[in-house]
Amino acid sequence: MAATEERPPTRLLGTRIPYIDGPLKVAGRAEYTDDIKRPGMLVGRILRSPWAHARLRSIDVSEAARRPGVFAVLTGDEYPTPFGVLPITHDETALAVGKVRYVGDMIAAVAASDELTAERALAAIRIEVEPLPEHLDPAAGTRPVSEPIHARGLAGTNIQKEVAQHFGDVDAAFARAAHRVHVHGNFAGVTHAFTEPLVTLAEATPDGRLTVWSATQVPHYLHRALSEVLGLPMHRIRVIKPEVGGGFGGKSDPLPHEIVCAALALKTGRAVKILCDREDVFLTNHGRHPTQNDIRIALDADGGILAYDIEAMIDGGAWSSFGTVTTYYNGVLSMGPYRVPNFRYRGRRVYTNKPPSGAMRAHGGTNLRYSIEVALDELADELGMSPFELRERNALPPNSTTVNEFRITSTSFVKCLRAARERSDFDRKFRRLPYGRGVGLGCGFYISGSNSPIHFTPKMPQCTVHLKVDMDGGIAVHCMQADIGQGSNTLLAAIVAEVVGVDLDRVHIVRVDSDVSPIDLGSYSSRVTFMMGNAARLAAESLRDQLLRAAHQLTGYPVAQLRVGHERIEVAHRPEVHVSFQEALHAAMEKTGALLATGSYTSPPMGGSHKGARAGTAPAYSFAAYVAEVEVDVETGEYAAKKIWAAFDCGRPLNRLAVEGQVEGSIHMGLGQFMGEGMNYRGPRLLNPSLLEYKIPMPQQMPEVEVLLVGDDDPEGPFGAKEAGEGPLIATLPALGNALYDAVGVRFLDLPVTPEKVLRGIERARADGRRPRGG
Amino acid sequence: MPPRPNLRLEINGHPVEVPCPDERILLDLIREDLDLTGSKRGCDLGTCGCCTVLLDGRPTLSCLTLARLAEGRSVTTIEGLTPHGGLHPVQRAFVEHGATQCGFCTPGFVLTAVALLRDEPHPDRERVVRAISGNLCRCTGYTKIIEAVLAASGGA
Repeated sequence: MAATEERPPTRLLGTRIPYIDGPLKVAGRAEYTDDIKRPGMLVGRILRSPWAHARLRSIDVSEAARRPGVFAVLTGDEYPTPFGVLPITHDETALAVGKVRYVGDMIAAVAASDELTAERALAAIRIEVEPLPEHLDPAAGTRPVSEPIHARGLAGTNIQKEVAQHFGDVDAAFARAAHRVHVHGNFAGVTHAFTEPLVTLAEATPDGRLTVWSATQVPHYLHRALSEVLGLPMHRIRVIKPEVGGGFGGKSDPLPHEIVCAALALKTGRAVKILCDREDVFLTNHGRHPTQNDIRIALDADGGILAYDIEAMIDGGAWSSFGTVTTYYNGVLSMGPYRVPNFRYRGRRVYTNKPPSGAMRAHGGTNLRYSIEVALDELADELGMSPFELRERNALPPNSTTVNEFRITSTSFVKCLRAARERSDFDRKFRRLPYGRGVGLGCGFYISGSNSPIHFTPKMPQCTVHLKVDMDGGIAVHCMQADIGQGSNTLLAAIVAEVVGVDLDRVHIVRVDSDVSPIDLGSYSSRVTFMMGNAARLAAESLRDQLLRAAHQLTGYPVAQLRVGHERIEVAHRPEVHVSFQEALHAAMEKTGALLATGSYTSPPMGGSHKGARAGTAPAYSFAAYVAEVEVDVETGEYAAKKIWAAFDCGRPLNRLAVEGQVEGSIHMGLGQFMGEGMNYRGPRLLNPSLLEYKIPMPQQMPEVEVLLVGDDDPEGPFGAKEAGEGPLIATLPALGNALYDAVGVRFLDLPVTPEKVLRGIERARADGRRPRGG
Repeated sequence: MPPRPNLRLEINGHPVEVPCPDERILLDLIREDLDLTGSKRGCDLGTCGCCTVLLDGRPTLSCLTLARLAEGRSVTTIEGLTPHGGLHPVQRAFVEHGATQCGFCTPGFVLTAVALLRDEPHPDRERVVRAISGNLCRCTGYTKIIEAVLAASGGA
């Protein structure tokens, strides 16, 4: 791979850089959307459907509208234009039009002087409906049904998207295989559970403009959706992203409450805030899809992978959201970290009358990966081979092409495997720890930024960064990238400071504001470090070059002999000859005033030409190998993750503190999905729409985590970096599942793996007369 | 019925007198009436700890506390931790150790940690974990929060 030694050493990047917004956050002074008040601001509230599937016969808002303190009542027919995050599946509306599709679907909204008035007005709305058949089982929805949830479902069914792909000859590969395995996985839906609830503030002003502050991961998609649905040109809408209290994918779709809030602002001519409560947040969902998958793997006699045959049945809920991408990802993200010469996939995502699922951290790669890694563990046992050896033997080589034409450039997967194996002392523990204790290996693979931007008209870069420096010597950075807590503001500032050679405190990240921020496509698909990083580097190099030219004027040395030092520009072979940053800046400003620089990133063309070929293509991929050690109380089924050795290839880690934070946080989220999180339903009703009933792991449940960052530089990533935001989640689940097997000799393929399931598994194994292994 | 007298309490070291209906929740009083927005509303159910304030020095969930219960008592919000600006040692440790990510839970964790270290200046890791177990964080996996609290204690 790209040799590290060819790159100049970095001063700031690669160290532990405390988040630049940390001081504001620890002081409670970071400003989130709900912290903002506007004069005359009204409270917006939303009426949600108690019906899972029903035709709306009539909505009578007359009494609600007459109530004192009510400024506006809104129903779906006022803004019926459909929208959705993917241009090809616009099937949502701001409020229900014609029918409701799940318990929690939004029917009407009010803007009132205060919360109580708003709630009472909602209670005064009269609705008549005709109940329709409830569709709750995705498998049943693959056949023609009476009253499909959407008219756009495939041929009278509730299928939202069907993907069928075949590369190579899977049947022939299975026929000649020496070893075959089939694993069936079942995964409950899980949700993001960010701590900041969904919230939007919108204000219409007499100049004909609309300003929207929102807790969003993708200000640009919100901007587009607002424009389309409200019928206002984008330049009359200003989208501002304050601090965002976590997203994990749940704030990446343009969401209906955001559009409703803006519509209420337009209708009242005032400012309106909609603060969702926790139940609203759970019902909005867009979390990880409830999924069933079937993974069949064929190996040759030496353990070489011959073929994957994969099926997925994905419960979409009421809307499309990212579902078309989800459906592809649940197959094609199996194309790493191993070489798979033959591959067949059939995936179906089916609408159901439940809260919509969408994108959640490690979208489309998590459930698929769990089943594959368990299957490989089974095969390693059958072969009598170390699970590490099986994986190393099949590792995708760098600079290769997968059978479905993904371009693989850098991979340090083998280094990940070796680091995790050695640091965890795996060989000494595996199948050798006493009954009830075990270790397991799980691996991961994820995109480092979707190569295929969701909006593709007009053609434009995926990220643009603008820099402005005035005589104060501060560098103002404008970019629509969305820091939602992952530290992208810090990385953006650090890259600029690194290239220009200045201290970090000279760099100011200007809050995302569509009036001034050039477009970046936001925080999803783990794209920010790679794409924003490259754009920032180019912008900073352009600024640096302006300063070098000014230094040439001052020193007389040719530009080629100049370089940036710390807060100065110096002659490369005579560093004692130098001008300060400020001197160079002021000289450069003599002609132009404030200096401006811009940089942008567009990913290179890649991918095949088959249908869906772009899904899963990325300019780089991350790789992971995790070992988990668990301890099970075999009398109660309770278990604990003791330690996870997390070897991760994010290329060169640019901010070690942030990368560690991403790995640790990812493990927390993966642990939650594995051990206990799940959206539980009785019929169509979500039973646990609160953080009391939907439990995310507490501090006591977190294992010790040893983060091993072993990646080599990526040839195209900024300073050699790749993503670290989502990939680190994936390997957590199979490492835990395989460790439980090592501990008690039972396979768990129905997630979450609650203590009850563990106990039942142990009891079943005993009843079957299987002797617990180890001793 | 005669109007209820104003609520008197001490907020961040200053006496405050405000009109306050009986059903007013302390978090609403703090955020809406007093504009101290550092205390966050995360769940309204007392599960996440984002609304934690110190009531007479004890970590308290302000979303579950009636404002009237603070009558004559002292409330410290995150804004009152360093009344003269700058950062408290616990806050500095959170910054240095990367214990903030999205930051929404941070004020609650900081106040909880401050109360712990005031009572037990040198807790071990297990004690720190127990002390913060009423606060949820979805970003950090708690790892760096625990490191920061231990560092602020000058211990382990």
